Amino acid sequence: MNEAVKNRELRDKIAQDYEWGFVSDVEQEFAPKGLNEDTVRFISGKKGEPEWMLDWRLKAFRAWLEMEEVTWAKLDIPEIDYQDAYYYAAPKTKPKLASLDELDPEIRRTYEKLGIPIEEQKVLAGVEGAARVAVDAVFDSVSVATTFREELKKAGVIFLSISEAIREHPELVKKYLGSVVPQRDNYFACLNSAVFSDGTFVYVPEGVRCPMELSTYFRINAENTGQFERTLIVADKGSYVSYLEGCTAPMRDENQLHAAVVEIFAHEDAEVKYSTVQNWYPGDKEGKGGIFNFVTKRALCSGDRSKVSWTQVETGSAITWKYPSCILKGDGSVGEFYSVALTNNRQQADTGTKMIHIGANTRSTIVSKGISAGRSNNTYRGLVRVLPRAENVRNFTQCDSLLLGSDCGAHTVPYIEVKNPTAQIEHEATTSKISEDQLFYAMSRGLDAESAVALIVNGFAREVLKQLPMEFAVEAQKLLGISLEGSVG
Amino acid sequence: MLEITNLHATVADKPILNGVSLNVPAGEVHAIMGPNGSGKSTLAYVLAGRPGYEVSEGGATFLGRDLLAMEPHERAAAGLFLGFQYPVEIPGVSMLQFVREALNTQRRARGEAELSGAEFIKLAREQAKLLGMDAEMLKRPVNVGFSGGEKKRAEMVQMGIINPKFAVLDETDSGLDIDALKSVGAGINRIMRGPDKGVLLITHYQRLLDYVEPDKVHVLNAGRIVRSGGPELAKELEREGYVEAAA
Repeated sequence: MNEAVKNRELRDKIAQDYEWGFVSDVEQEFAPKGLNEDTVRFISGKKGEPEWMLDWRLKAFRAWLEMEEVTWAKLDIPEIDYQDAYYYAAPKTKPKLASLDELDPEIRRTYEKLGIPIEEQKVLAGVEGAARVAVDAVFDSVSVATTFREELKKAGVIFLSISEAIREHPELVKKYLGSVVPQRDNYFACLNSAVFSDGTFVYVPEGVRCPMELSTYFRINAENTGQFERTLIVADKGSYVSYLEGCTAPMRDENQLHAAVVEIFAHEDAEVKYSTVQNWYPGDKEGKGGIFNFVTKRALCSGDRSKVSWTQVETGSAITWKYPSCILKGDGSVGEFYSVALTNNRQQADTGTKMIHIGANTRSTIVSKGISAGRSNNTYRGLVRVLPRAENVRNFTQCDSLLLGSDCGAHTVPYIEVKNPTAQIEHEATTSKISEDQLFYAMSRGLDAESAVALIVNGFAREVLKQLPMEFAVEAQKLLGISLEGSVG
Repeated sequence: MLEITNLHATVADKPILNGVSLNVPAGEVHAIMGPNGSGKSTLAYVLAGRPGYEVSEGGATFLGRDLLAMEPHERAAAGLFLGFQYPVEIPGVSMLQFVREALNTQRRARGEAELSGAEFIKLAREQAKLLGMDAEMLKRPVNVGFSGGEKKRAEMVQMGIINPKFAVLDETDSGLDIDALKSVGAGINRIMRGPDKGVLLITHYQRLLDYVEPDKVHVLNAGRIVRSGGPELAKELEREGYVEAAA
């Protein structure tokens, strides 16, 4: 078979429909279309926010008006009309629910179709011995149900929607909101600061090991609704928390903007693990539709010996612009970034991390696995910066790219800035095509082409997948297989 | 069991097989011998359905089915196993995971029940032990960092677990020291000797045939079978070389 024929066959076969593209029918309450100060006031008012919060939002909005969109990424971003979108949609549901059983059955069915993990379902049904995963279900923009709050409360852990936290713990929110990602950090973070609809707030008090994995499922549901989630996690001295975030979205023809902000603040000896499986609608195979995912995620390892670990499996979205980062300020603090980014069809991803070493003896590890198929483009962009007074810094970076077919692109853009001579920086990078030998070997043992690709890709991503909590790892493995179905013939 | 009729095959438009005819009845082990470049590995790949190996003429049936019309994984499910001359590394995928998925996919395709995790691990450990492979190796990524001999032994462990009806073994003896050769030979006899099984043993040397006695020996040269005979033919080849024997 010559290359051209093979490519054509490959292209024909890279035609996996988005399995979870359906629309659930829940009445939405929209903010009027468009973005101006009134929109900001509407959102703030809808959520019953105090004056200081509204002022914070307005300040961000005014700053945003003077900022410009980001252009340095290797992304082809169509012009976004910010006036042609809705900035707030909330399901019209009853007041707060005691459990997910009381949830709108339509929403529950939506979750079931998504295959929200059985473990969670069991937990929700109160099955004895089920893994304890608290779910703060975010349906579109508003948290409609929060479980396990009581048990967390016993441990002193605060796990609330950010709107609730603003009302119930204003002193904490005031202290930490914007302390890691300032309003003016970048265009999308600033927009988020003005119009964020909801999100999650976590506070783990001194010395507390959070008794369960905290989990939030994000989902975009209303047509033309921007999603502006805001997450703030504060780990006080010597505490530990593991947080899981997973996303899927229904099929839509129009592009949807998503600009989330996640801030993590880690005090002395605190440890935070943040895991993401992202599977928003990537658009059809011609690149029509799909989510624009412009996310700012950053952790401040403020205290000595604090540690933050980001793990992400990114398979969705038409465009991904995302660099979960660590500012390693405390002496001996540790930052980790484990990433699998898979792009297919016309998807574009420009993702990576920043490790900013400020404190002495700080360490960082970066493991990035990029998988490109179809006509997609996949870029790793990473910065390792060592400041002058950061003695004995160590960084290890490994970037591997795997190509399926010859119409896709993989790019690695490492930036290394070292201002202290005691630093030890290692960078390894590989790019390979999925090997025909491997495929045939697996097929000769009985696997069909798709299963063989899924198996090999999962092996390639294993180092990252094993960082995920068990139930998430299983989902992520399936997701990689599903996202690549038909990508090799 | 396996019937090959006038098989012609090309690789990158170059003719390699030029009319191979061969019949391996159930219960028999046939050896294919021949010099380098005679088409031995090509024959193995064509039978297993490797892309890029194009059949230009002739055919092959396996248990009465048109072998060449099947996809590689369908051939595996039908009971065909290829032991690779150069087993392939699959980083990040443990041998246990790999063979379990292979076996259960085959079983599903045949309408048989899948093996549970516990059943599978028991089976895999047994087979590893019988072939003198440390069970810890089963947890390592497929063939990654294995020595040449370990890879060949691992192929036989896979064969033992999968328990195919017919095995095409491509130079399974190369890279083996004498002890490994013995245990691999014993493995082939144990796993593949039976009234409803068959083996096509591709080898360069006589030495494996000391442990796995073939019912027939065929000499392949320039893509054709130029001589066939009993086990004594292998000894003659060893003594006189391919050029003499083929003449």
